[in-house]
Amino acid sequence: MTGVHVSTSINGDPVEYVCPADESLLDVLRDRVGLTGVKEGCGTGDCGACSITLDGALVCACLVLGAEAEGRKVTTIEGMGDGEKLHPLQRQFIDNAALQCGVCTPGFLIAAKSLLDENPDPTVEEIRYALAGNLCRCTGYDKIVRAVQAAAKDLRRQKK
Amino acid sequence: MKHDQKYTGQEFKVVGARVERPDGVDKVTGRARYGADANAPGQLVGLVLRSSHAHARIVKIDTSKAEKVAGVKAVLTSADLPDLTNGDAGNYATLVNCMARDRVLYDGHAVAAVAATDKSSAKKALKLIKVTYEKLPHVTDVDEALKKGAPLVQPTNKQDGKPSNKSGHFEFGHGDIEAGLLEADIVLERSYKTEQTHQGYIEPHACLATVGPDGSGELWVTTQGHFSFRIMCAALLGMDVAKLKVTSSEIGGGFGGKTHVWIEPVALALARKSNRPVKMVMSREEVFKASGPTCATSMDVKIGAKKDGTITAAFIECRYSDGPFPGIWGMLGGMTAWACYDLKNCKAVGVDVLVNRPKVAAYRAPSAPMMAFGVESTIDQLAKELDIDPVEFRLRNVAKEGTRSSYGPIYGPIGIEPTLEAVRDHPHMRAKLRKNQGRGMASGFWFNIGGQTCSDLNVGVDGTVNLTVGTVDVGGARASLSLIAAEELGISYDQVKTNIGDTSSLGHNDTTEGSRGTFSSGMATIFAAREAIEVMKSRAAQMWGIPEDAVEWKDGEARAVGAEHGNLPALSLKEIAAEAGATGGPIAGHHEVTADGSGVSFASHICDVEVDPETGKTTVLRYTVVQDAGKAIHPDYVEGQFQGAAAQGIGWALNEEYVYGEDGCLQNAGFLDYRVPVCSDLPFIDTKILEIPNPNHPYGIRGVGECSIVPPLAAIGNAVSNAVGVRLNHVPMSPPRILKALDDAGA
Amino acid sequence: MKIDLSGPLRNAAGGIESFEMEARTIRELLQRLVERYPAMQRHMDQGIAVAIDGTIYRDDHSVKIPAAAEVYLLPRIQGG
Repeated sequence: MTGVHVSTSINGDPVEYVCPADESLLDVLRDRVGLTGVKEGCGTGDCGACSITLDGALVCACLVLGAEAEGRKVTTIEGMGDGEKLHPLQRQFIDNAALQCGVCTPGFLIAAKSLLDENPDPTVEEIRYALAGNLCRCTGYDKIVRAVQAAAKDLRRQKK
Repeated sequence: MKHDQKYTGQEFKVVGARVERPDGVDKVTGRARYGADANAPGQLVGLVLRSSHAHARIVKIDTSKAEKVAGVKAVLTSADLPDLTNGDAGNYATLVNCMARDRVLYDGHAVAAVAATDKSSAKKALKLIKVTYEKLPHVTDVDEALKKGAPLVQPTNKQDGKPSNKSGHFEFGHGDIEAGLLEADIVLERSYKTEQTHQGYIEPHACLATVGPDGSGELWVTTQGHFSFRIMCAALLGMDVAKLKVTSSEIGGGFGGKTHVWIEPVALALARKSNRPVKMVMSREEVFKASGPTCATSMDVKIGAKKDGTITAAFIECRYSDGPFPGIWGMLGGMTAWACYDLKNCKAVGVDVLVNRPKVAAYRAPSAPMMAFGVESTIDQLAKELDIDPVEFRLRNVAKEGTRSSYGPIYGPIGIEPTLEAVRDHPHMRAKLRKNQGRGMASGFWFNIGGQTCSDLNVGVDGTVNLTVGTVDVGGARASLSLIAAEELGISYDQVKTNIGDTSSLGHNDTTEGSRGTFSSGMATIFAAREAIEVMKSRAAQMWGIPEDAVEWKDGEARAVGAEHGNLPALSLKEIAAEAGATGGPIAGHHEVTADGSGVSFASHICDVEVDPETGKTTVLRYTVVQDAGKAIHPDYVEGQFQGAAAQGIGWALNEEYVYGEDGCLQNAGFLDYRVPVCSDLPFIDTKILEIPNPNHPYGIRGVGECSIVPPLAAIGNAVSNAVGVRLNHVPMSPPRILKALDDAGA
Repeated sequence: MKIDLSGPLRNAAGGIESFEMEARTIRELLQRLVERYPAMQRHMDQGIAVAIDGTIYRDDHSVKIPAAAEVYLLPRIQGG
């Protein structure tokens, strides 16, 4: 199969790659770009472990083709912190023990950030529905929801 | 050196603190490396061809076209995996499960594998492998498999001298059931079913294997037990154990499912045949179809009681579907069934049954949740018949220290009564319920285990400490073990860094299963630290030029004692470490132990549900877990285990199930149709940690990982039944089953 | 001392629930058990755990058995 040449922006950096036309953006990010923080849990858009944003929209990287990233802005977990400073969501996930095995964590962080960008003061119900596309099998979601609440508070304080 | 492992009741300075986990930053930044996150130069992609028949004879496998595909470096069938198991039935079952030999035994059974330079070439080659099957009759239901004339899953399996799908029969208990039933004022007989569920870890099985022509190899793998994986792979492939180095990656969930090898021997065999590194990652469909779920069950319960609430006889028989190979699932269930109660007459029969479904693997307190569903549902109904509060009814029959357990031995100090008292006194029990809402509670038991363990503790030149353990960290154990090392040494938590060692860096460590990680590695760590302290005391004595017995260790420093030396300023761990080279070399402590004496666990749960009578949908409104931890080393992660186990139990109770078609094929091998609980399905899960020390651990640790998956099936069953006024006896209590139960009851 | 047998082990000892035997350690107990009841070998292969005064020893055969101890033999368990 002939490869497709793609020029895109990943976490603010210009990136070029060649991939088969039928290769998912998830495989591209993991296997060609080396961003293995994006996880594969199902490959069918059901688990959210590969959550990224594409031009700011929350998507499952397994449901997007690598070729579709042409000219667009991709953000992954690797682009979340600011240098050595963790994003408040990352900080609160650690402080609230919101992760056990941690394989779903990158997806949850991206989805939670997407929520808080839109809605800085979500209710518990809004958090639960916004994160319903991300599966976690370890925590029962309790500490994840608390971490998102705490991070939302931190972010609101930062803005003041 | 032998150390005394008895509980001492020591006061803790750092144990019990909610500290930051050492793997936290890596996991929130995407840096943590899991099974599929490792790569090697020149690696190949390995893929497996799987059966789409439930049961068939393999007449012929033609791989000639696949071998000719450009980029294909190795094609593998069972012919490449000679039987080296020397009559070991367990190993042989694993070999056959990893790659079918004469027959495929379930939908998804591996029949061939390829390794190629890229995924599309490997996929192309798989399509060109031609397998000629002769279809055989199949059976997937546990009750059908026991009927006369049922297709035989293993024609060589016999029960009472005759070919049968029954592969095991285990009885536990004491007293005389018939006599006990005669004493009863009331006898209830009920039957129940539970469907097959999967552990559902988010990270699929994945590994990277290398084997050279010199017989040496390496395996990077997501596993709960890299030492056990090494033994298993070496045995199946005829390798020397010492020449296979297995490194456990970060593990993205296991819950029992990663105690067993599936693709790993295949990856190693492909790597050996191609002499190239081979990476294999299961798809989610493969995880569902071909890695170990837990059993489906069918059971009958009979309990007799007096009017005052005394149980006079308790009987259960539960049939477990093992997949195509005999397991010990009925045995484990039988040992746990009545463990919460003090019973004069009790009997539990666990039966193992072969069916054409995937080979079952352990799932968190394996086999206990099913029998607990039958036992706790029937006990609830009995309490209602006798007009006794269900918690009070359980308390009247509760097991205590000194009770003969239903599985045999007499109990030491145990926590079932305190969990029930905590439930009785919990404000949750007095919260108001509205229309279509119901409350239920249930209790559960799990053993916990110990096993072979060793830990290495090395003091660095700057006085910081590396702890290396061989038990895979599945839920935050590195934080707990760092706390334990810091506690013993008398230094702060942030001065200790715990790592999981690979198989070449430590002696054998049993798999992290049976809630044993913190119990057994905790024990090995305490004693390794104490040995390091002895070394440091001797170094301090040298530095001072005084006898070793004039040195004691307190609060992270050596102190000279006695009238003669008491005025010497103390030497800190850091100061002693800085002089290590001049006083005899590196400072280390090491301990290896067969950690026996694990303490049993009990949990009691409360839940409130609302059932929509129109749709049959159940919403969990409130959930409370009470469990005895022995000692909570890191309370955050103890709560996390309680909450996670409860959530898995809730999924099992309400939604999760393997659905098989008439053709014997799995119809819902994906997260869309096999629905695990999502964030919007669950409420906050309240927890209460009880600490009844295990007398056989220096810190009183029991192990916390499994027990809380045992009560939810029955707790929810009781709550749903109280909400709708009709008893639910089939798990999962999915909307169609609830609607049918309401219909049948004419409600 | 009296040794109690858990249900699944009874058949290998001819159906009895308990028997008398002297042993100072678990190793000695299990050796004598198989000498007296050769059919126990099958259970030994799968693993026998020994409960001494309520504490289950699943692996360590070097454990000493006190004189008046309650000894109960049961199949070796595993977990998830």
